[in-house]
Amino acid sequence: MRPVYAVSGGVSKFARARPDLDFRGMVKEAYDYALTDLHLTPQHAREIVDGTICSYFSDHFTRQLKAGSMVQDYLGLCPKPGKRIEGGGATGGLAVQSGWEAVASGRFDICVVYGFETMSRVNTWKGNEFIALASDTNFDYPVGGFYSGYYAMMVVRHMKEFGTTVEQMALVSVKNHRNALHNPYAQKRREITIEDVRRAEMVAWPLTMLDICVMSDGAAVLILCSEDGLNTLHRATGRTPLPAKITGVGGGLDAMRMADRPHGEVILLPHERPEDYRGLKYPGVHSFRAGRTAAKAAYQMAGITNPLEELDFIELHDAYTSSEIQTYEDMGLCRYGEGGKFVEGGMPFMPAVDYGVHFPEQGRIPINPSGGLIACGHPVGATGIMQGVFALWQLQGSIRAHFGSDVLQVKNARRGAIHSHAGTGTYVVISILERGD
Amino acid sequence: MSENRVPEDDEGTVLFRVPLPKDPGALKGLAPLIIKHHYEIDYIHSYAQDSPFFAGLANQRLLGTRCGSCNYTYGTPRAHCMECGRPCDWVDLPQEGQIHTFTVCHYGSEEFLKETPYILALIEFPGVDTLFLTRVVGLDPQASSLDWIGMRVKARFRRLSTFRPTDVYFVPIGT
Repeated sequence: MRPVYAVSGGVSKFARARPDLDFRGMVKEAYDYALTDLHLTPQHAREIVDGTICSYFSDHFTRQLKAGSMVQDYLGLCPKPGKRIEGGGATGGLAVQSGWEAVASGRFDICVVYGFETMSRVNTWKGNEFIALASDTNFDYPVGGFYSGYYAMMVVRHMKEFGTTVEQMALVSVKNHRNALHNPYAQKRREITIEDVRRAEMVAWPLTMLDICVMSDGAAVLILCSEDGLNTLHRATGRTPLPAKITGVGGGLDAMRMADRPHGEVILLPHERPEDYRGLKYPGVHSFRAGRTAAKAAYQMAGITNPLEELDFIELHDAYTSSEIQTYEDMGLCRYGEGGKFVEGGMPFMPAVDYGVHFPEQGRIPINPSGGLIACGHPVGATGIMQGVFALWQLQGSIRAHFGSDVLQVKNARRGAIHSHAGTGTYVVISILERGD
Repeated sequence: MSENRVPEDDEGTVLFRVPLPKDPGALKGLAPLIIKHHYEIDYIHSYAQDSPFFAGLANQRLLGTRCGSCNYTYGTPRAHCMECGRPCDWVDLPQEGQIHTFTVCHYGSEEFLKETPYILALIEFPGVDTLFLTRVVGLDPQASSLDWIGMRVKARFRRLSTFRPTDVYFVPIGT
C-alpha cells in the first residue's frame, strides 16, 4: 500500500437550513475553498484530479437518487470515476477511508472526497423518522422509532453499570458548545452551564435538548493524494502543501438491533489487561464493540499502544453527550466505566479555554476542539469529512488561518484521530492522521 | 380552446405572479423559491422469515429462536444464528422478564409524537441470551428512575392485532 496524505479541505458552513444553495452548490462552496487553499484553479483541478468519493446518508432527505453524479457534473469533474458511500452516521468517515483505499491501492493519485446532507427539507420530527429508519424496521422502528430514545437506553445502562451521572454528560455539552464559540464554522456557538443542559427540555430521559446534536444542511470536502499526487500538485501550483499523512485506518460493525448485542468479554487494547474488567459483560448495550474494534485496528496500523499518551487530539462523533463519554472508553482513553470521571477531571477540554469550571487535569487530550457534532451540527454525509478537514488544519497548525483565531489550535499537534459512528454503534470508523513533514 | 395548448386551471397553484427583475444581472440576488412537495407511498412488506413472530403475537405467544447447533437463544428472533451461522428453531419465550434498561420518550419521530410520553425498555429473560425491545405501560413517565432497572415485568398482548411488534407490551408484575 502507498502512503496517503490529506492536503486540503473545505467546509460549507453548517446551518439549520441553506435554502440559497442545494447539495451541489454547498459541495461546490467547500470544494472551491479547498482548491483555493492549494492555490489551484478549478480548471487545473479538472486536469489533475483522478476521481472522487461521494458521501451522503439518506435518500429520503435528498429525494434525488444518484445525487453523487449531479455533484460530479456540477464540480466539472465528469467523466472522471467516482462512487457513493453510505453507512448511516459514519458515512463521512467511511468515505474518507474509501478515498484512502483508492489512493493507497494506486488507483488514484489525487482523490476528492466530498459529502453533504440536506436535512432542512423536512421538519425535525419527520427528520427523526427518516433517521430512525436506520434501525430494524421490523422490530425496532415500530416500537421506538427514535434514535434519541435508543441512546438514552444505552446511557441509562451505562449509568446503572458504572455510576455515570447526567452532570458528567452535561460537561461534554458545556465543553463542545464553548469550544465552538471560537469556530466560525459551527452552527451553535453558545456559552452554557451544566444547569442549562439539565434545565433544557427533556427529549428522552435522561437526555435533554442540549445533550443531542441538531439537524443541519452542510457539505465538506477533503482532498487526498499519493506522493505522486503531491508532485503533480507541486507542478501545477509551484507550491507544496503541508500534508497530513493517514497512518492508520480501522473499522467495525455491530448488530443493527441493540437487543442482539452479546454479553461477553471485553476486546482488549494493548495497554489493558483482562483483570481490568473482571465481571463486566461486554459490550451489552452500554458500550460500542464496533468502536473498540475500529480503535484496535487503527492503533495497530499506526503503531499506537497507549492512545492517551500518543494522540494529541481527537475529533469524535458526539451525536450525544453520552456517546462521547462511551467513546472515550471504546478508544481506550480511559478504562470502560471511567468515561464520566474522565470528563469530570477535565482531560478532554482545551487547556487554555475558560469553561467556568475548575478541573484538576484540564486539557490532557482535547476532544472535539472544533465543538464536535453537538455544536458544529451534523449534516450526516458531511460530518466525518468535516472532522478530517479540522484534523488536517490542526496538524498543519493552520487553525488561525481558517478560524480567524488560534484559540482552538492544539499546540504542537503531531498526531490526531477522527472517529465516525453510525446507528447505535453499527458502523464505526477511526482514522489516524499525522503531520506529514 | 385551440388544440396546441395545455388546458389550464388554478388547481394546485400555490403562488400567483412571481416577481422577477428585468435585468438578468440581478437574478443572482433573487430569493430562493421554496415549494412544498407531497410524497406518500404504500409498501408491500413481507415479514418473510420473521413472520412466525408476528403470527405468534396474534395468538398471545411471544416467540424467540434458538440455534439448533450452539443453543444460543435469541430474545428477538432471527432465523440464523449470529454466533455460528446455523439455522435457528422457534421457541416460546418466557412471558415474564426484567427491565434491562429503559427510557421515557418525551419526543419521538413524527409517526409517534402523538404517543409521547412513552416508555421504551429492553427486556431480559431468564435463560435467553439476547434482549427484546418493547414499550412498558403502567409506570409514571414523570417518575423515571434507575431503580426501574431490574423491575419484573410481564407480557400483555393487544386483543386486536396490528401485526406490528407493539402487539405485545410489558407491564410491571403486581399491577
